[in-house]
Amino acid sequence: MSVATLPAESTPASERVARAQAIARKRWLRTRWGLSAPALVIIGLFGILPLMIMVIYSFLEAGEYGGVVWNFSTDAYVSFLFQRDIFDGTLAFSPDYLIIYLRSIALAFATTVICLALGFPTAYFMATRPPHRRQMWVFLITIPFWSNLLVRTLAVMLIIRDEGLVNDLLIWLGIIDKPIVLLYTNFATMLGLLYSFLPFMVLPLYASLEKMDFRLVEAGFDLYATRGKVLRRIIIPLARPGIVAGCLLVFIPAIGAYVTPLILGGGKHLMIGPLIALQFGSSRNWPLGSAQALILMVGVMIALLFYVRSATGKAQALHG
Amino acid sequence: MVDGTMTANPDLPAVTATQGHRPRKALDLRYQPGFGTIAICCMVMLYAPILVLAIFSFNGGPFVTRWGGFGLNWYLHAFENEGFHDAAFTTLKISITATIVSTLVATAAALATTRTRRWPGQTASFIVVNLPLMVPEIITAVASLSFFALLASVAHINLGLGNLILVHTVFCIPFAYMPIRARLEDMDLTLEQAAADLYATPWKAFKRVTLPLLMPGISAGAALAFIVSFDDFTITQLVAGPGQTTLPLYIWDQTRRPLTPEINCMSTILLGVSVIFVTLSFLIARRRRT
Repeated sequence: MSVATLPAESTPASERVARAQAIARKRWLRTRWGLSAPALVIIGLFGILPLMIMVIYSFLEAGEYGGVVWNFSTDAYVSFLFQRDIFDGTLAFSPDYLIIYLRSIALAFATTVICLALGFPTAYFMATRPPHRRQMWVFLITIPFWSNLLVRTLAVMLIIRDEGLVNDLLIWLGIIDKPIVLLYTNFATMLGLLYSFLPFMVLPLYASLEKMDFRLVEAGFDLYATRGKVLRRIIIPLARPGIVAGCLLVFIPAIGAYVTPLILGGGKHLMIGPLIALQFGSSRNWPLGSAQALILMVGVMIALLFYVRSATGKAQALHG
Repeated sequence: MVDGTMTANPDLPAVTATQGHRPRKALDLRYQPGFGTIAICCMVMLYAPILVLAIFSFNGGPFVTRWGGFGLNWYLHAFENEGFHDAAFTTLKISITATIVSTLVATAAALATTRTRRWPGQTASFIVVNLPLMVPEIITAVASLSFFALLASVAHINLGLGNLILVHTVFCIPFAYMPIRARLEDMDLTLEQAAADLYATPWKAFKRVTLPLLMPGISAGAALAFIVSFDDFTITQLVAGPGQTTLPLYIWDQTRRPLTPEINCMSTILLGVSVIFVTLSFLIARRRRT
């Protein structure tokens, strides 16, 4: 632990000193590895190994009652896009799964855009409060961030279902006489996603806006910029790292969302999350489920790569 | 404050040109029209469903969202519910174990990866520790399910509740790690060096200097780990075997039946636990700045 055992930067006076330093350095390195080992072993064995098993499973045949049969097969990937005719075994293009993937992407994208549209003004407003009130705002955003997602989604469900508060209120006011069907629609899913992941957008945006140097805004006004221009030309470009991080933090969990579409979307408007779970449940097609999960994982990786590239690109633009 | 003298500071009593009035928005350079309204709307949107749930948990009537007078009867109903007790007990067994293990492991990992010269494997360790955050929950869920199914069929190992505890530990580690690492990065090595100068052994310096200073970070990390484990639904639902019903799973089962206001009470209790732990974590983390 202690830094006193670290080898000094100066050149060793004698070979004995050098040897002592080499031993000290080895011991120091061993401590580093030893301290991180438990975390690495636990995550490696029960986090990464299962992911690898999932990759293997996606290339196996489905067992009749769930599980897998250990025969190599690319059926899972073929059936992602094609449907095999039961009688003559010919393949026909079937877009069913593709539609679910596209729906998930569309819903996640729309959620991200609306979260940004609502979250940016909120985060900006928070960042321009006096310091002690900023703390209170951050706290208010943090509470839903960490609160039980299932319970929060159920609360939305109770409000928008046919006998829910919204319909009761509208009927009582005489605006409608039959309940409007809100639950089990794409609208309900998106509302749920928006409600679930809005704090994920606000917090990173706030973090980057809070650090912003408002003297630059002042300089903008001195140069006769309007409020809108200052926002577009100074504030938004400066908040870009927060915007990218926030969009990613909303998009990634939204595209793989499970609880929200399960409770608010119903069976007709499936998203990727419940679809994958279905293959491991009543559909009993584990290889297909693994393949679907893997395809989602690849998508997420691409999004993350985009983030890394965008983050480094930004740094280069600043220095260049 | 970063803004210069030009900007009127709303939280100082205005003694300048505005003479006792709050500074006008037009003079505040940081003001953007409509942003405050949107912020308030977001707050209303975030809190309205939770508040409705909490209010209707005190509903005495038989309907979930139709007010039938104030009453605590559904809370009494929930507290007497055997299934709810069992679920609470299972949840606590899993989350407490996962919290302790993940916090210990994350503390060690944070000590290894911060306040040090670069060492081979440092970046790799950092990525691995944070990996559970990057994988969508549903993927972790089905991967773990496949893994434990394989373990059971090939090696005939079934850890029972241990399966859930292990999976929870994995995804709790990064949540515990974050605040501990943040705290460590705020501490410099001078105090440890002073301890070494006073002939403290590395272990003694760690126990008497580093650990007490690190405690707020560890507690905040443990609180977050507990909450993440306590609230988990997706992964638990797919990995849980028969009889391993946690509180979120129990509440989910209730929604498959005719709804009674009891579900409002159970949900409110769960929310209450989340709020308590978030508040604790927030207060602990805030104290480090003062």
